[in-house]
Amino acid sequence: MSADLRPVRVGVVVFPGINTDVDTHHALGTFPGVTPEYLWHKDPDLRGVDAVVIPGGFSYGDYLRCGAIARFSPVMAAVRGFAADGGPVMGICNGFQILTEAGLLPGALIRNVGLKFVCRYVNLRVENRDTPFTRACPPGRLLRIVVKHNEGNYVVDPETLAAMKTRGQVVLRYVDARGEATAAANPNGSLENIAGVCNEHGNVFGLMPHPENSVEDGLAGGSDGRFLFQSLIDAARARLEVTA
Amino acid sequence: MSRKATVEAAVQLGLTPEEYDRICEIQGGEPTFVELAIYSLMWSEHCSYKHSRPILRRFPTSGPRILQGPGENAGIVDVGDGWAVAMKVESHNHPSAVEPFQGAATGVGGIVRDIFTMGARPCVSLDSLRFGELDEPRQRYLLDGVVGGIAHYGNCLGIPTVGGEIAFEESYAGNCLVNAMCAGLLRTDRIVRAVASGVGNHVVLIGSKTGRDGIGGASVLASQTFDETLEEKRPSVQVGDPFTEKKLIEACLELIGRGLVVSMQDLGAAGLSSSSSEMASKGRVGLDIHADRVPLREPDMEPWEIMVSESQERMLAIVRPDDLAAVQEVCGRWDLDCTVIGEVTDSQRLRVYWHGERVADIPARRLADEAPVVRTPALRPAWQAEAPVAVDEASYPPPADLGAALLQLLAAPNVASKRWAWEQYDYIVQANTVQIPGGDAAVLRIKGTRRGIAFVNDGNGRHCYLDPYRGAKAAVAEAARNLSCAGALPVAVTDCLNFGNPEKGEIAWQFEQAVEGMAEACEALGTPVVSGNVSFYNESFGKPIYPTPMVGMLGVYEDVSRHLDIAFRDEGDVVVLLGAEAAWMDGSEYQKTVYGRVEGRVPDVDLALEARLQERLRAANEAGLLKSAHDCSDGGLAVALAECCVASGDTGGARWQDPEAPPPGRPGRFLGAEVELGSAEPVVGAHGRPDLVLFGEAPSRVVVSVAPERLDDLRALLGDLPHRVLGRVTGAALRCTMGGEELFTVPVSELRSAFESLPERLR
Repeated sequence: MSADLRPVRVGVVVFPGINTDVDTHHALGTFPGVTPEYLWHKDPDLRGVDAVVIPGGFSYGDYLRCGAIARFSPVMAAVRGFAADGGPVMGICNGFQILTEAGLLPGALIRNVGLKFVCRYVNLRVENRDTPFTRACPPGRLLRIVVKHNEGNYVVDPETLAAMKTRGQVVLRYVDARGEATAAANPNGSLENIAGVCNEHGNVFGLMPHPENSVEDGLAGGSDGRFLFQSLIDAARARLEVTA
Repeated sequence: MSRKATVEAAVQLGLTPEEYDRICEIQGGEPTFVELAIYSLMWSEHCSYKHSRPILRRFPTSGPRILQGPGENAGIVDVGDGWAVAMKVESHNHPSAVEPFQGAATGVGGIVRDIFTMGARPCVSLDSLRFGELDEPRQRYLLDGVVGGIAHYGNCLGIPTVGGEIAFEESYAGNCLVNAMCAGLLRTDRIVRAVASGVGNHVVLIGSKTGRDGIGGASVLASQTFDETLEEKRPSVQVGDPFTEKKLIEACLELIGRGLVVSMQDLGAAGLSSSSSEMASKGRVGLDIHADRVPLREPDMEPWEIMVSESQERMLAIVRPDDLAAVQEVCGRWDLDCTVIGEVTDSQRLRVYWHGERVADIPARRLADEAPVVRTPALRPAWQAEAPVAVDEASYPPPADLGAALLQLLAAPNVASKRWAWEQYDYIVQANTVQIPGGDAAVLRIKGTRRGIAFVNDGNGRHCYLDPYRGAKAAVAEAARNLSCAGALPVAVTDCLNFGNPEKGEIAWQFEQAVEGMAEACEALGTPVVSGNVSFYNESFGKPIYPTPMVGMLGVYEDVSRHLDIAFRDEGDVVVLLGAEAAWMDGSEYQKTVYGRVEGRVPDVDLALEARLQERLRAANEAGLLKSAHDCSDGGLAVALAECCVASGDTGGARWQDPEAPPPGRPGRFLGAEVELGSAEPVVGAHGRPDLVLFGEAPSRVVVSVAPERLDDLRALLGDLPHRVLGRVTGAALRCTMGGEELFTVPVSELRSAFESLPERLR
């Protein structure tokens, strides 16, 4: 039960213009034994948190290019160090864009092929269940989570993509209800329907869909996002036990 | 000052010679140019409501739940457990007609500021939009720009856009309507009002720098009609910066939450002039403003420009000297300018200084609250019909294929799914959305409680054109009915009254009739008007829009898990029609789409029946008897049934992309229905015609579905409320018969294709 769980502190990074920081904090707070904490973009350190989530929104108004300004914030140096030490880092939507801009994840996210913001439920197929972000996902189960973005069209050069596929870095794909990665199921024109990727070591993960809006039954978002957060929390907790 | 404040200058600024004389009288001589510029904005129709104030007094505005009625930035309604909702709707029609993207974006920005100014966190947006017919390229451009602008601004702020409505009528071709509505949540004991107080307190300007954008927005744009100079008016449209507004929301809510501000007011139409004079007037104090201290975007601005600029994302706060350092710290943390530009005085005057020299000195009350009232004698227009149209075979030949007519109606832009628009809006941020767009209402929970709130907006310009009294009354009834269909109790109204030039007798008549109709319905349905906006001068080249009162309504739930939606749920459920057995051609979508005509006398709402219908509907839902409920409106009974079928296979997202293999959760596929309509003879207005029973329109009608074993319970609960069992949910097609004879059978997949066909018209 929750009393027996080793407490886990998860940092939620707040840049000006981020707008799902509160949702992400709220979502993490629904998990037993988890203490979510806001980390301010001007903070030079992560205050010893066990995992980091960079939430979605419009950091710096998406001016210049999504994530291009946020990556220079003081807190990002600390995130970089945390990731280098193997700490789990999850970037959602704008957070994913910031992580690619920071070079912590391969590839880039460009304008949707439809040239419009798209807010829509998508089905996600988990391509690699052996990551700190997907281990709690039930085998074979598609996740139904909402996407909402203007720049979610994932691109990467062919050589890198080939290497990513070999290493299992393609973590999530947009699929139809049968689990097929069709063009119709792709909301933004992403290369090979890619919805989420991780770094070479598997401890930094970015995804365009918004699991923080899918953690409670009874709301329109459903609860499939829990599997991803549960995985992150389990990984952070396991890491604590190793270092303890 | 180089400019002279002559009567010619006054007329150029939109004042009348009589108004100029009155200004001279108040000022005791010729005003300064700064004074004249301020008067011209504050006495414009947009800021002063000079044509509408006396008539608006007709609205009921109070009730046990109403904590703040009209007169503030937003109305406030108690929704239980110490929570209140601040709500308001505002038009941004003319800016959007000139520059659709920025016009709509800044419309959202303005209404959002009205909400957080009161201390509420904005929690939902809805937009009511009107354009000309989509076969004109310019209308598609306007639609695309307006929806894109709303998405751009609202999404960036992290405020979900969960509802709204869009309609297309030729009358809006030269003057589109963009009515932005916003609501926010606050604790009932934390309401902030825009009342300046405390002589010696600082007047602090927070947010963006001031530029020349939007100068004369309220007078040049909002208080004049359109002609060939439309393009020249583009500089009067403001440019929005949602990133700054997002920071402004966070900073202001922190300032209010920590009690660091005495009061707050956003800078909207007429900018610094209106915010400062309104705060002074309400507080019966004076304000001294040092215009030279205002941070500028362009260095050489003149004081009158600074006073009337409508640069966006700015707030005016009254701050005690002791709190100034804390206020500056909060603003600094959010990288926002925060500048002391003046102080509260006991003069009851708005005084403006420019490097120490007084350039304006006006009694604040005269400016804010005592603009001359203008009454135009009402004149009943010639086109107002006295009687319903004659629906005879010669003038309205019935269609040979009723199934094809149904598909034609479902694909009509006014009926078809607006998914193309709402998929551009973030409708789920803040994690409170219970019911997403596409149903009868937007439903949200209140975190930490079992409670919920629901919102709708409704308007029917075509009906109001044919009869503004009946049409406006029906709009209120329909809004309330939509909430009741979602299981919510309707409690309050915010309105946006869009009309033509009020200096014309016919427009004055439409306005008075519409307000009367709305007022009667609001009284009968227990929904006082707590806030609103009047938008006149919606004309182009002398041609007015359809009179379009837009009704925004709030509903409440004690237990939001009781919310209901329109989708048929289970095979075998019984379909029942509640309410009136009536169906009219007059003013219907059927009349417009199939016959290309708009004429006749629209039906009048029986408010007693309407109230009883809604009360029983909610009671049936509370008793757990209902599986679904859907209002019969545009397109009549057949379209309502079709929408219930189409919604059955739609989980609002992933499912609809691939109906053949849906994920778990809902019935697993699209459900059809088999419906027997009995005889057309008893249906009032249908002239014995099956097509009118199917597609004719009448108020006070709702389609519900109920499990067969609960049908008797439902009928007992309905008592003497008129209702009729129509058939059952079954199969994968909608089949309608009359007296056993088939009218049509259409597969739900075809209904859905027609209903989702709007994007094809936009290419």
